[in-house]
Amino acid sequence: MNPNYLDFEQPIAELEVKIEELQLVGSDADINISEEIRTLREKSAKLTEKIYSNLSAWDIVKVARHPQRPYTLDYIPRIFTDFDELHGDRHFGDDRAIVGGTARLQGRPVMVIGQEKGRAVKDKVMRNFGMPKPEGYRKALRLMQMAERFRMPVITLIDTPGAYPGIDSEERGISEAIAQNLAVMSRLSTPVICVVIGEGSSGGALGIGVGDHLAMLQYSTYFVISPEGCANIIWKSSEHAPDAAQAMGVTSSVLQDLGIVDATIPEPMGGAHRDVDRMAERIQSHLVTQLEKLSAIPTDQMLEQRYQRLMSYGN
Amino acid sequence: MSWIDKILPSGVRREGAKRSSVPEGLWKKCVKCEAVLYRPDLERNDDVCPKCDHHMRIGARRRLDIFLDRDGREEIFTDIEPVDRLKFKDKKRYRDRLSQAQKETGEKDALIAMRGTLAGQPLVCVAFEFAFHGGSMGYAVGEKFTRAAQLALREQIPLVCFSASGGARMQEALISLMQMAKTSAVLERLKQAGVPYFSVLTDPIYGGVSASLALLGDVNIAEPDARAGFAGPNIIEQTIRQKLPKGFQRSEFLLEHGAIDMIVHRNDMRDTIARLLAKFAGTPVVERSDSDSDSEDDSASDEAGEAAVDYLPDDRDD
Repeated sequence: MNPNYLDFEQPIAELEVKIEELQLVGSDADINISEEIRTLREKSAKLTEKIYSNLSAWDIVKVARHPQRPYTLDYIPRIFTDFDELHGDRHFGDDRAIVGGTARLQGRPVMVIGQEKGRAVKDKVMRNFGMPKPEGYRKALRLMQMAERFRMPVITLIDTPGAYPGIDSEERGISEAIAQNLAVMSRLSTPVICVVIGEGSSGGALGIGVGDHLAMLQYSTYFVISPEGCANIIWKSSEHAPDAAQAMGVTSSVLQDLGIVDATIPEPMGGAHRDVDRMAERIQSHLVTQLEKLSAIPTDQMLEQRYQRLMSYGN
Repeated sequence: MSWIDKILPSGVRREGAKRSSVPEGLWKKCVKCEAVLYRPDLERNDDVCPKCDHHMRIGARRRLDIFLDRDGREEIFTDIEPVDRLKFKDKKRYRDRLSQAQKETGEKDALIAMRGTLAGQPLVCVAFEFAFHGGSMGYAVGEKFTRAAQLALREQIPLVCFSASGGARMQEALISLMQMAKTSAVLERLKQAGVPYFSVLTDPIYGGVSASLALLGDVNIAEPDARAGFAGPNIIEQTIRQKLPKGFQRSEFLLEHGAIDMIVHRNDMRDTIARLLAKFAGTPVVERSDSDSDSEDDSASDEAGEAAVDYLPDDRDD
């Protein structure tokens, strides 16, 4: 099995291997095989399209967790310019599972905050696999309040397996840290746009996820408990995770129907990791459009809209 | 062998004979110290074990009953019902689980709201019914809490919440998660408007309820030995692969780590909150608790009564 492809993508992987082999032959032989390559490429694209047009909720969970899926730090330099990372919660430490700082979105100063899972093993460990502790949420809060003071819109990129379930996390009040962010974000008097770029898991995701506009990438997921966790509780076995994913409706299409998610940003064929630049471009243009809309509304009105929207959840 | 054992058919004889030594109804065994307690005594003591002081879990109605003044209570927002927006189905349909829980508890969902008075001070009070789906928060709980908070905001009267919950309700998926944002948002409005919100943590509080409304109180209070945390102990143990320290996530742990303001005995809850609220409202010293005539002769309550003779509010000019 090709580790760069998910289980349901293996037929695509096989075609891609063939294409690669033909390309190698092509480069040191005279035989004209470009026609053959072209056909295979078309076939591969069609197959990808076919597979991706029929993904189950659980398949999408896998795409959202794909090891090659772009993370916050892959997007920041592609979407923004002038990023200056700001560190620390000023109380306890700096949580590397949350990255934040000032940047420019097509010239306009913004505060960008995102969860970062980390790519290489060492990086993953340093970033606690994207599982923030209280100091991460408190750093985010500090940066958001600073953004409010300096009239910078806040953009958050959500991608976490959840807030860290550990002794230290509980000792330093992870519940309070998340709750505080929910409360303050509900009234932060600057536009707040949230984008789920990968895995939005529970309170740990929501802790930087309250705002005026919530978008999800097409193959990202957002859930109240991981499908494995849900399956463990209800079915007493994590093997039922696919059923749990289906039942909970963890994808943007379901969540948009429920009125929780405002927009879905389409991903390149085969997922964001197949073309990070293009994905970043799409996120950027979505952010710019939404920000323009929000900036056109007087702040009081924007805040009232945000509040009413929060109040409407579930109605 | 006693005469009754002799006349019983052998199959029934020894099976659970020990347990049945506590007959249902008049007697109750303390789950902690196993003392056999006379139920009327227990009830007079607010369902706190008179022997070991263990605070037993009590339902939402009982909670409100022992907390609010006898007169002038009114249950509010009774029309809110749970909605199965996702048509959630696991081994059972969520709809069926709901009807079952409704039948068992007689409640529509896991939160009861009342307006009433505490030592004469008007307030809005909500309590979680843990027996209903583990007190989990879905739409109905979030909505009722929010409306109760909005009422408190409109009338500028305090909001008190007794929480007991396993967290967000899985079967309503992201709608449940968003109730965290919703309840936190309305509480922030209370905060901005200077309307006091007191959160009382009762055993147990976890997950989405812990990470939203339960820890956002102006004053956070816990009952003794209540467990509260974000992640359940099992999840933490699985993650860190080590045993958790003794007392982890208990009230005393929360107090030590600064998450709560105080631990308050159930017998003292009325007096303590009344005393605090009166100061928050800037009103004169609160009268002694009078609604629960049963607890008049209770010594713990007497002490609290004396402590209720407190300072008058400061001059606000400085």
